[in-house]
Amino acid sequence: MKIVVLMKQVPNRDAILRVNREEKWIEEGDLSFEVSESDGYALEEALRLKEKKGGEVVVCSLGPQRVKSVIKDALARGADRAIHILGDNLEHVGPFATAKILAEAIREEQADLVLTGLQSDDYGYGQTGVIAAELLGLPHATIVIEVDYSGEQLRVKRELESGWYQWYTMRTPCLLTIQSGISQIRYATLKGIMAAKKKEIREVQPAADAAAAGEFQTVTRIYLPLKQKQTQFLGDGDAKRGAAQLAEKLRNEARVI
Amino acid sequence: MPNGILVFIEHRQGAINKTSFEAVAAAQALGAGAGQDVSAVVLGADAGVAREVAAYKLARVISAENPKLADYTSDAYADAMERVVRARDPQYVLLPHTYLVRDYAPKLAARFGKGLVSDCIRMKAEGPMVTFTRRLFLGKMDADVVAKGEPPVFATFQSGAYRADQAERGEGAQVESLPVEVGEVRMQPEAPFQEVKQAVDLSKADVIVAIGRGIKSQENIALAQKLADALGGDIAASRPICDAGWLPIDRQIGSSGQTVAPKLYVALGISGAIQHLVGMKNSSTIVAVNKDPEAPIFDIADYGIVGDLFEVVPVLTEEIKKLKS
Ligand SMILES: Cc1cc2nc3c(=O)[nH]c(=O)nc-3n(C[C@H](O)[C@H](O)[C@H](O)COP(=O)(O)OP(=O)(O)OC[C@H]3O[C@@H](n4cnc5c(N)ncnc54)[C@H](O)[C@@H]3O)c2cc1C
Ligand SMILES: Nc1ncnc2c1ncn2[C@@H]1O[C@H](COP(=O)(O)O)[C@@H](O)[C@H]1O
Repeated sequence: MKIVVLMKQVPNRDAILRVNREEKWIEEGDLSFEVSESDGYALEEALRLKEKKGGEVVVCSLGPQRVKSVIKDALARGADRAIHILGDNLEHVGPFATAKILAEAIREEQADLVLTGLQSDDYGYGQTGVIAAELLGLPHATIVIEVDYSGEQLRVKRELESGWYQWYTMRTPCLLTIQSGISQIRYATLKGIMAAKKKEIREVQPAADAAAAGEFQTVTRIYLPLKQKQTQFLGDGDAKRGAAQLAEKLRNEARVI
Repeated sequence: MPNGILVFIEHRQGAINKTSFEAVAAAQALGAGAGQDVSAVVLGADAGVAREVAAYKLARVISAENPKLADYTSDAYADAMERVVRARDPQYVLLPHTYLVRDYAPKLAARFGKGLVSDCIRMKAEGPMVTFTRRLFLGKMDADVVAKGEPPVFATFQSGAYRADQAERGEGAQVESLPVEVGEVRMQPEAPFQEVKQAVDLSKADVIVAIGRGIKSQENIALAQKLADALGGDIAASRPICDAGWLPIDRQIGSSGQTVAPKLYVALGISGAIQHLVGMKNSSTIVAVNKDPEAPIFDIADYGIVGDLFEVVPVLTEEIKKLKS
């Protein structure tokens, strides 16, 4: 069985973000990056399926040279090889063009399964996987929280709102978008890190027509969210004093203790 | 000439998802600004649903019908909606950002060579110029977005972006039934279900102390538990804590967990992603402790302490014990 996993690199989740001068994106200069959370779970699921069913796991990432760190980490965890679609400023082309570039880059792989994260932690479109499935002619299921491939048929458990779930029987090939928490993510071992050095990372250019698919939505400005409440900040940088003030406020102002 | 606004109404076996009416409110607001009429779309022949929707101020309710629409599947819904959109040729297609919509709407938009302006929290129409606002970086930034290119524009709205009770009622819109073709459906759904009855019902708790990834390790949960005990409250968590198995999933607050509105909600080391906020933002008093002054949780907090929760929580626990004794 061949499984392709789409993995995106995003700014570190604890990073302090600053709006760039053009107010279209953030200052990237001093940022550190990591894999988008649900993509890590997508890779884990792929590795577990491979352990059960045999086959190959191929990771694919679109982005500048720095995304190599996400790719290398995936190879160290056990992916077999990687496709890196290289391009600067291709991160901002919007969900349709992104999906098209990714779909064209993996089309020839003819994978049995394509796994993606359900939503990226930066743009958060929540749609790249589904659009890619449509472009590849694959059926899909989103927000998948369990994959059962013990028998002949692939069954997936989808998360619905407020604690509801639903199983779907899928035919393969298909594409699944994976929700965080599907399983516990493994760490890379030293052996894995050494083995990764010999694994193939194929650099490719985005297909010309895919890259030209065009933007249909443009970010005109980004900014810090507007406050919805007047927050009383307590302690003025002194955490302990803040705690004491808070206890007092909760009693005398909010009257909750 | 493309014209009008289509708004998608979600229902499962006749029960309408109420965020659909928030989308109706959004569509009416856009329609008023842009001088366009609003039509609602219901998939699957359900006269009750169509009638309920027809009570709103709408140009028409389109009931798109095919036996394959009885149970939701992305294949059938994308096919049916594609037929409706092509038949009506609208300027805008607006949808609530539900899990069902997330599942099929990107596929629908892709058939028109585009994606969605997804998960919008605001919209501003100035004549023909419409600016959508959506969240980036898990709630840390807002982005204003304009749609370009050929219509239709597909946009989805976060739950709570508009209020369902602001959707205007009307004199009874005409219901038009539209038989639609649906191709092959490549997935088979089973009946939706809930996991074993939830052991804890946090919706009745007066005080909730919720922990997020800032708590760092499972051992540290004891610290938050002590605070919860001092306050006579329950412990709860953001998703990553339950994903890691540090607390059971029935203590998860948010769009895929429980929705709560206690008198006091204390968020410790929670950033405030939108999927968490929808589960707790109606709490009466919200306290946030976070070392990042820009954490979006502060946008909805009544009291905030910028600092290390490991310094704050022990002191707070002691002070509360003192006040209570
Ligand atoms: C479809 C979907 C459904 C989802 N459903 C849910 C849901 O139901 N519930 C939910 O919660 N999430 C849900 N999520 C996930 C959500 O998007 C966020 O990823 C999640 O809420 C983040 O959890 P967090 O705030 O604990 O972690 P993070 O975002 O990592 O935030 C940790 C915070 O802790 C702070 N911190 C770190 N150390 C300290 C310290 N020592 N002292 C004080 N502060 C500190 C940091 O500044 C940061 O703000 C869902 C996502 C999707 C896409
Ligand atoms: N640049 C990229 N490289 C690889 N995968 C991506 C990229 N952008 C999006 N994806 C995949 O699509 C998923 C959903 O992204 P989004 O539609 O932006 O929320 C991500 O979790 C990734 O699996």
